[in-house]
Amino acid sequence: MALKIVKGSIDRMFDKNLQDLVRGIRNHKEEEAKYISTCIDEIKQELKQDNIAVKANAVCKLTYLQMLGYDVSWAAFNIVEVMSSSKFTYKRIGYLAASQCFHESTDVIMLTTNQIRKDLSSPNQYDTGVALTGLSCFVTPDLARDLANDIMTLMSHTKPYIRKKAVLIMYKVFLKYPESLRPAFPRLKEKLEDPDPGVQSAAVNVICELARRNPKNYLSLAPLFFKLMTSSTNNWVLIKIIKLFGALTPLEPRLGKKLIEPLTNLIHSTSAMSLLYECVNTVIAVLISLSSGMPNHSASIQLCVQKLRILIEDSDQNLKYLGLLAMSKILKTHPKSVQSHKDLILQCLDDKDESIRLRALDLLYGMVSKKNLMEIVKKLMLHVDKAEGTTYRDELLTKIIDICSQSNYQYITNFEWYISILVELTRLEGTRHGHLIASQMLDVAIRVKAIRGFAVAQMATLLDNAHLLTGNTQRNGICEVLYAAAWICGEFSEHLEDPMQTLEAMLRPKVATLPGHIQAVYVQNAAKLFATVLQKHEGEMDSQATQETSQLLIDRLPLFVQSANLEVQERASCILQLVKYIQKLQQKNVDVAEEVTALFAGELNPVAPKAQKKVPIPEGLDLDAWINEPPSESESEDEKPKAVFAKEEPKHSRTKHTEVDEKELARRREARKQEQANNPFYIKASPSSQKVYDAAGVEHIPVVQIDLSVPLKVPGMPMSDQYLKLEVERRQKVKAERKKKEKKKKREKRGKERKAYSGPESEEDIAPAQQVDIVTEEMPENALPSDDDDKDPNDPHKALDIDLDKPLADSEKLPVRTHRPEVLKSPADGLDGENVPLEIKKKSSKEKKEKKKDKEKDRKRSKEEKKKKKKHKEVEEEPLESQLEEAVQSEETKEVEAPPTSTSAEASDLDFWLSSAPVPPTTQEVTAPLSATTVDASSAAAPDSEPEEPKETEPEDTKSSKHKKKKQKKEKEKEKKKKRHHHHHHHHSDGGGEDSVQNGTVEEEEPLPPMSNYSLLAENSYIKMVYDIQGNHQDESKVIVLVIFENKSDSFLKSMEFNVLDSLNSKLQRPEGAGPHDGLTVPFQLPPGVSNEARFVFSVQSVVMPQKLKGTLTFIVKSEDSSTHEKLDFKLHFTCTSYLITTPCYSDAYAKLLESGDLKGSSLRLEGINMPFHHLLARICFHHHFSVVERIDSCASMYSRSIQGHHVCLLVKIADQTVSIDAKCDEPSLLGNVLDEIKQTFSKC
Amino acid sequence: MIKAILIFNNHGKPRLIRFYQYFAEDMQQQIIRETFHLVSKRDDNVCNFLEGEVFHPIFSLIGGSDYKLIYRHYATLYFVFCVDSSESELGILDLIQVFVETLDKCFENVCELDLIFHMDKVHYILQEVVMGGMVLETNMNEIVAQVELQNRMEKSEGGLSAAPARAVSAVKNMNLPEIPRNINIGDINIKVPSLSPF
Repeated sequence: MALKIVKGSIDRMFDKNLQDLVRGIRNHKEEEAKYISTCIDEIKQELKQDNIAVKANAVCKLTYLQMLGYDVSWAAFNIVEVMSSSKFTYKRIGYLAASQCFHESTDVIMLTTNQIRKDLSSPNQYDTGVALTGLSCFVTPDLARDLANDIMTLMSHTKPYIRKKAVLIMYKVFLKYPESLRPAFPRLKEKLEDPDPGVQSAAVNVICELARRNPKNYLSLAPLFFKLMTSSTNNWVLIKIIKLFGALTPLEPRLGKKLIEPLTNLIHSTSAMSLLYECVNTVIAVLISLSSGMPNHSASIQLCVQKLRILIEDSDQNLKYLGLLAMSKILKTHPKSVQSHKDLILQCLDDKDESIRLRALDLLYGMVSKKNLMEIVKKLMLHVDKAEGTTYRDELLTKIIDICSQSNYQYITNFEWYISILVELTRLEGTRHGHLIASQMLDVAIRVKAIRGFAVAQMATLLDNAHLLTGNTQRNGICEVLYAAAWICGEFSEHLEDPMQTLEAMLRPKVATLPGHIQAVYVQNAAKLFATVLQKHEGEMDSQATQETSQLLIDRLPLFVQSANLEVQERASCILQLVKYIQKLQQKNVDVAEEVTALFAGELNPVAPKAQKKVPIPEGLDLDAWINEPPSESESEDEKPKAVFAKEEPKHSRTKHTEVDEKELARRREARKQEQANNPFYIKASPSSQKVYDAAGVEHIPVVQIDLSVPLKVPGMPMSDQYLKLEVERRQKVKAERKKKEKKKKREKRGKERKAYSGPESEEDIAPAQQVDIVTEEMPENALPSDDDDKDPNDPHKALDIDLDKPLADSEKLPVRTHRPEVLKSPADGLDGENVPLEIKKKSSKEKKEKKKDKEKDRKRSKEEKKKKKKHKEVEEEPLESQLEEAVQSEETKEVEAPPTSTSAEASDLDFWLSSAPVPPTTQEVTAPLSATTVDASSAAAPDSEPEEPKETEPEDTKSSKHKKKKQKKEKEKEKKKKRHHHHHHHHSDGGGEDSVQNGTVEEEEPLPPMSNYSLLAENSYIKMVYDIQGNHQDESKVIVLVIFENKSDSFLKSMEFNVLDSLNSKLQRPEGAGPHDGLTVPFQLPPGVSNEARFVFSVQSVVMPQKLKGTLTFIVKSEDSSTHEKLDFKLHFTCTSYLITTPCYSDAYAKLLESGDLKGSSLRLEGINMPFHHLLARICFHHHFSVVERIDSCASMYSRSIQGHHVCLLVKIADQTVSIDAKCDEPSLLGNVLDEIKQTFSKC
Repeated sequence: MIKAILIFNNHGKPRLIRFYQYFAEDMQQQIIRETFHLVSKRDDNVCNFLEGEVFHPIFSLIGGSDYKLIYRHYATLYFVFCVDSSESELGILDLIQVFVETLDKCFENVCELDLIFHMDKVHYILQEVVMGGMVLETNMNEIVAQVELQNRMEKSEGGLSAAPARAVSAVKNMNLPEIPRNINIGDINIKVPSLSPF
């Protein structure tokens, strides 16, 4: 024995520590992977040893290897072991490793709950600190729920070191467990004024983070933050607060007004650039939120712009960068102020720092006007040439396109120029934005009808010189433009000067090297061109030429028929057959042109981006339903290879067309016809369906007459410059005519002219060269107007959109664990938590909502009934009745409109603060009475509980003395609760018991004692087992047994095996292949003091009788020096209750059930029950899985259902400590057993 | 919020990684590689911010355009913070400086070797500066004091093993340059005050 220990410590001396590991890795640079794998083997050995120091050392090394990219999750359990060491040194190593590699799906995390709780309450502040730090990295929803209360307690720890960590981690807890936000918020708010600056800063940090996502809920904190802003000297805190105000001002412009002055002061006074910058940013946000053009704020803008200019001119690149960034925010609302600094920004375009150039580019976007667009783009084009082969060039390219296309090409006066720019951009080699250029070409050609002729000519040139674009590599992104070129030439082929030449260009053998989707477009559009050519030749009666054309297609198309790309293949084969047929007809001298053209008749319009999404789903159509029977598993596997057929999607919006179904197409066609009918420019297709285009429209356009043919025929020569020149001339001409001045010479130098005219010329003066007839996008007729489809439903912060001003309800208290008796009660437990049963906590918010709805329904119903009754009642009761009615109503509106009313209260607080003199510190005292009075005045929608009081005490007088007594007793209780009581009594006094309250457990007055369904299974000196049995909603023959194993010894428990002797009726579910007597391995081991829960599934045949199963747990106790096998026998008691599932039931359904007469009755009397009625109900609900259907005073109906669907109904009455339960069920023996069990429950207490 | 803190050297070798959001190990390594790629290309005299998703695939890796990289380059090491828009850019730059100055104090003339051999200690120091992605403490004295107290506690327990072999003698000082501070953190004493015995 002793030898073993000595040997162990000698071994230890040869263990590598972290430094040795690092050194070793550095010495084995050549074969690092191999070396590390031997190290990992060593670590695995070390982890198997019992010495915690060795384990900690091993875990420490693993943390290092994790950094190098090795997955160390296999050691997760060992990490937990090291975390639970009592020595700080090891604990810290364990938590560090956990924080580096644990995440939500690490299953051992659930083992840590108790350990972490222990560490959190450790007397050593650094144990607590280390636990908090670790937890902040791997907190899961379960941990957050279980530990929220402990952490909240730590927020009031005596040591600021712990307080600040506890405050910070609350943010993570909120994210994972949103229900904790409301109960924890008051304390968090308190911490804003903590004496320790670190804690204060942490609280500001957390609230800012929360408020950033859901600012409106935090508007009421504005006065507090304002106070902090004017008093704090901590720049970190100031920055956070100022940033927060930036998020709040858009919601409350008056806040902005109040902020301007202190912020301006800060801007003037601070020497910290970071603070200055954030102040400027927030002032900008304020100015954006205020309607622009307010005269007294132009000074603020000037100040901001002027400060930003200083930043931009600074030699520190960081400041320059941020200056530009902030400038771009001003640009959106006050472009004029920024435009005056155009010189500075253009200068930044030449900066050596790429990031700065990019920010300057962003600014350019907002600086363009009709006047300077061409000039700015020209400058950018120069940069494009300089920036060969960089990502920056790609960025420039997209920016040029962005700038030009912004707001529907608003600033483009000459589309010929724009097309030329696009064509010039195609000369960029290696850009990845080919598709962007292509979609611009398509967009302009489709939407600007007047430009089509010009565009087609340009595209034809591109097609002709395709070899220049495709260059050497296939991957060259720029060949995408050929897609656009081919489509434009085909679709608008009537504009082509020489369609035959283009047709030939499109059928060159080299085309076959292009990507598939482009080839497909080539083939399809070759057919369109063919139609045009035929028509042209037939018009000239040139049958020779027509036949030659057909022959050309027949010769060339087979190349595409052989294409590997399916779409190309299919299109080519179809068209080939078509042409062959046409050729036959031609040989018979039949005119075919007209019919061939008809194949491609009709206009293709752009479709709005969200068109498909906005089509409402017709009623009765379930898109998720199977049309046919779902295929079996094996079939679906067969279908998988279909992915192969997924086509290479070109990144154009155009392909969206293909996804529209028949019906939709028909509808669109109809809509299009309608539109065409109303469009004077549109000449309707005659039955002969010859394509006629609006040549007239083109003639109208005041295009400058230029002989373009020369430059256009020479690809590779920049020509957009010419437009700049021409444009200047054109403008000059137009202007000269308008002003009837003498014509100036045209051949002056451009720069001079610009100078001469840029001044007085205003935006509106510039007439566009083409009439820009921008075709709007098509939308389905019954499109939904909703636009909020951009929100991300998975945003975790959505759950934190919680109203924080509503008073806290009892049901919202943080959960305190109840089913583990050993849990340490933290000192603050008494302060902030009545123990609420776990079950209630777990109810999802959805369920709660539903309940609320039901409650309303019930209330409404009872109101209606009351109304009916009223008719029969004496008239003198009328006033009282109406008052009550009112009370009910106000209660109701409160329930329904809780958020809006409370915001109105908060708004009134804020109103006061915002309108009052700027003395923030006193505001809080003043606001309370103010809000009370204003609210009182507005009566009905009273948001606060106080003002309702007078109303409620009035009817009180009319009540019987018995009620008064009760009332007095309860007056001591909280106001909110009191209100509920009143409410209840009102109904009782007049309604004679029609009113009902759903499920009394949630909203009752006195706190319930802690309850637990876990009962002891077996216990010895090593281990304790407690268990609970729950029905399974999904499966009517299965129940789940939850067993918590708790290690009571100082040794390690492992290899636990759980076995049960099956009966005929109940069987333990064992994995496939296991024999009927094999035990189940418990999927975890237990370090000393740790407990964990395992689930076992049992199948049951009959649920009408309770049953006991014998079982055994075997396990190995492993201590430092020995290990022994132990076993523990137990009896699993399946009560009938455990087969019941809590199932809500509505009172009408309940009534029907009772009326049906299928149920058999039985009853039970319990004497000497000395507990409030609601406690009694809660117990039945909790222990026996019932739900309250209806409760009327001291009488309640309850319902539950067995896993096999038996209905169990109870009518519970209480009078003088005697409870009588009348029960009905469709299975008498089940009912008898359930009643026995209920009796037992109450005999215990 | 800070999403990640990466420290790597001029060759892209990671010296410390700290993600505040879960990424699998291979993803972490990819992020480090991409970040190194991006950062190492930049001259020392350009600005210290990187942002914009169009600019680099790294931003799609770490989760969108709201995030930016803020980094500083000291001698052989890059300190990179990945943060979202709730953090002040200049503030984070200062935080990096505070962190490095703290390291310098705790390791006495910190150099890359200190980080190589004492990654765990660097983590412990970082834990006192940033917690769960949020800035915990910016006052260097406070940070150093807490780190020292914890180290003392570790020593009183006998440490992980007998006094770890001190790293090879410092090869090269990282030469903390005098970087202009944008934030005035108030009272930063250069000297660590003598601490009361634990």
